Amino acid sequence: MTPETLARWQFGITTVYHYFFVPITIALSMLVAILQTIWNRTGKIEYLRLTKFFGKLFLINFAMGVVTGIVQEFQFGMNWSEYSRFVGDIFGAPLALEALLAFFLESVFLGLWIFGWDRLPKKLHLMCIWLAAIGTMLSAIFILAANSWMQNPIGAVFNPATDRAELADFMAVLTNPVTLVTFPHVIFAAYMVAGGFVMGVSGWHLAKLHTAQQNGELSVRQTEDLGAHRFATKFGAWVLLIAGAGIVVTGDIQGKIMTEVQPMKMAAAEALYESEGGDGKCANFSVLTIGTLDGSEEVWSWKVPCVLSFLATGTWDGKVEGINNLRDEFAAGRIQNPDNPLQVDARPRLDAIGVTNWVPNIPVTYWTFRLMMGLGFAGMGIAVLTLFLLRKGRLPKQAWWWTGLMIAAPLAPLFANSFGWIFTEMGRQPFLVNGVLTTASGVSPGVSAFEMGTTMVLFTLIYGALAVVEVRLLLKYIKLGLPDVVEPEVITDDDAPLSFAY
Amino acid sequence: MDFTTLQIVWFCLIAVLWTGYLVLEGFDYGVAMLIPILGKTEKEKRVIINTIGPVWDGNEVWLLTAGGAMFAAFPAWYATLFSGLYLPLFFVLVGLIVRGVAFEYRSKHPEMSAKRTFDAMASIGSFVVSLIFGVAFANFMIGLPVAARPPATAEATTTLFMLSPAPYLLQLFSPFAILGGIVLVVLFLFHGAIYLVLKTRGIVQERAKRFAAVIGLVAIVGGAVFLLWQNLAIHPTGWLGWVLLVVAAAGLVAAWWFVGRGERPGVAFLGTTVTTLCVAVGVFLTMWPNLGFANAPGAEHVLNAATAASQDSTLTIMLVAAIIFVPIVVAYTAWTYWVFRRPISVDNIPDEDHHEAAHAG
Repeated sequence: MTPETLARWQFGITTVYHYFFVPITIALSMLVAILQTIWNRTGKIEYLRLTKFFGKLFLINFAMGVVTGIVQEFQFGMNWSEYSRFVGDIFGAPLALEALLAFFLESVFLGLWIFGWDRLPKKLHLMCIWLAAIGTMLSAIFILAANSWMQNPIGAVFNPATDRAELADFMAVLTNPVTLVTFPHVIFAAYMVAGGFVMGVSGWHLAKLHTAQQNGELSVRQTEDLGAHRFATKFGAWVLLIAGAGIVVTGDIQGKIMTEVQPMKMAAAEALYESEGGDGKCANFSVLTIGTLDGSEEVWSWKVPCVLSFLATGTWDGKVEGINNLRDEFAAGRIQNPDNPLQVDARPRLDAIGVTNWVPNIPVTYWTFRLMMGLGFAGMGIAVLTLFLLRKGRLPKQAWWWTGLMIAAPLAPLFANSFGWIFTEMGRQPFLVNGVLTTASGVSPGVSAFEMGTTMVLFTLIYGALAVVEVRLLLKYIKLGLPDVVEPEVITDDDAPLSFAY
Repeated sequence: MDFTTLQIVWFCLIAVLWTGYLVLEGFDYGVAMLIPILGKTEKEKRVIINTIGPVWDGNEVWLLTAGGAMFAAFPAWYATLFSGLYLPLFFVLVGLIVRGVAFEYRSKHPEMSAKRTFDAMASIGSFVVSLIFGVAFANFMIGLPVAARPPATAEATTTLFMLSPAPYLLQLFSPFAILGGIVLVVLFLFHGAIYLVLKTRGIVQERAKRFAAVIGLVAIVGGAVFLLWQNLAIHPTGWLGWVLLVVAAAGLVAAWWFVGRGERPGVAFLGTTVTTLCVAVGVFLTMWPNLGFANAPGAEHVLNAATAASQDSTLTIMLVAAIIFVPIVVAYTAWTYWVFRRPISVDNIPDEDHHEAAHAG
């Protein structure tokens, strides 16, 4: 394999793995903050139990998110040195700001929250989890601004003397339309996962406790837990559902912006080989298309009339450009966005390299796009079904299908997140910076395939081993259920045991 | 601000971030390395871990911010350094991963064998990271040889640089660099032991004191040899280098005295902090303006602060953000240390968490 292929696989493996932990970190921190706020306001002990229970699960997840995140920041320089040199003026700034504004906030205040139960007054302690949760959101803003710039590189110009992209308009980078819509989309996606997680974990306990209740085996304390889990199951389901609605709205806007700034990605998402629509006709949405193996032609398909026109352009008869048309036009010198000075100025550089393949991997983009949507809708379906089954005081019973649903509740949106990212990054190919810098030319020239391959294998092995530990720990603490808690008090005695210690 | 001033300011800011990392995470690397050495019983080990429990993650962010600032302010520095030191940085990452999960995971596994594994991960991870950064900084003082890739066009005045010859791996381990690695490990052990004296009571504190008395002497001798070697042969930096050497040595001697007979661990901690500061300043002094690289003599294209820097508008925007937010970060970090100021002993360590939770489900 070439260094380029290995560097891409390494980035894919480490980033997809890192992103298993990100949605829970972003959204569960906030849900825990909300639970703790409810406890502060009502003083009801079951909310403190829920806070500590989900807080602990959140921390098990957070530790992995942190350590796998460090790899991301180093990786740009290690595997993608020419990319880093070429875009550092613009891309480096959000990364540095992310560390300065977001990472410090989340790390420091999470430390205070974990160890501060008996050191800080109640309200101050509550503030710590809120600040940590806000930190995770800030982090998302910066990293998405950086990523969105790779999709739609605006606010920048090409400097031939330094042979790199340089900042022209910082506000334009921050208000990139792709950033503005991607941020809520990613945040909603995170809430779908965390909502599904809370619903799944509490829903599983709920059925177990309800079955025990029917057999007359429930203690007073377990009856309290049953109430708490019922609340949490419905709470999680509503979070998933509302976030799902947000996903649909933002995803729809994203589709239209994508059609504008990355027409090839839209065509690839649909495996639309020839342009359709316009002149009174419309483009059909493919539910299922099977193409030839080299990805250049369609063999068989099942389509819904006119829906693609609407998704891509907002009108029922809008024209959607096809892969083959775009490929030919790009090869003939068309600039994706003629108003983008960076793309215009970088074109001679691309011609000098000689880009031969303008098309992303169609089966990958086509299927990841569908898996993203399908799994997202599946998650929302589970939430609706759960709310229906829990209506008017009803409770679920232990059953294999219920357990299956509760396991799928977090996993379906989680994998939808993964597929969404794989789609958006693979759909940008063959570019690192859309229309400006090819992936092949961004790779570190001084790093051998041996170095990249060895570290890729070792990362995979380490990550695999950690995944086993992580999943076992999560399952263990999920099964233990709501912990016993005592009202935290600020300790003044030097010899008293701490209420929390590693 | 003109472009050259901006470069100097950003070089200094990056030095400040690295110094913050070395001073703060330096002691928590030292503490983590000392878990198996100073902790005999399970509760003693937990005392040691809990002294850094609330703060180590925040300390690590100094490293991430330093890396991010290098990327933003000097992209070519970041690109050449990180790709050039590929395998060492891979092991730094592995070290940071295994130590980072160890603290969280160890508290959630009741089996002693698992705890021993996680202790080893915390100690060895911290050791590997300290050692590699020590070797790396010594190499920055020597100067990493670089070669330019042919520029993309005739117009281009800058291009990507790579360490030469690539892979540049075995060459990193010169005697001076190996000494640098050992000295940094010893300095962190000393710094960490003093931190433990400051933050614990009882048996752990006694042991930390005895350990500091021994490792302090090693640090004084090792540090003196390293800085003398640098100032005499490797990369002399004139009178300033000698001043830094004297202050660094005085810091170590004061630390050794005050942690032992002087009975003032707070002053001792200040001593190792001053030393770490002087060493960091000394290292960065040798890195201006070539950023720790050695360009080939007479080369047409060179890698230095001027050719590696981002344009002035990026540097200006980032500087405004740094001026506003660095003091805020320092303020709330200081507050954390204030909240957790109280020293702890085995009496403060509660029984294990999972026993508490076990009868809930």
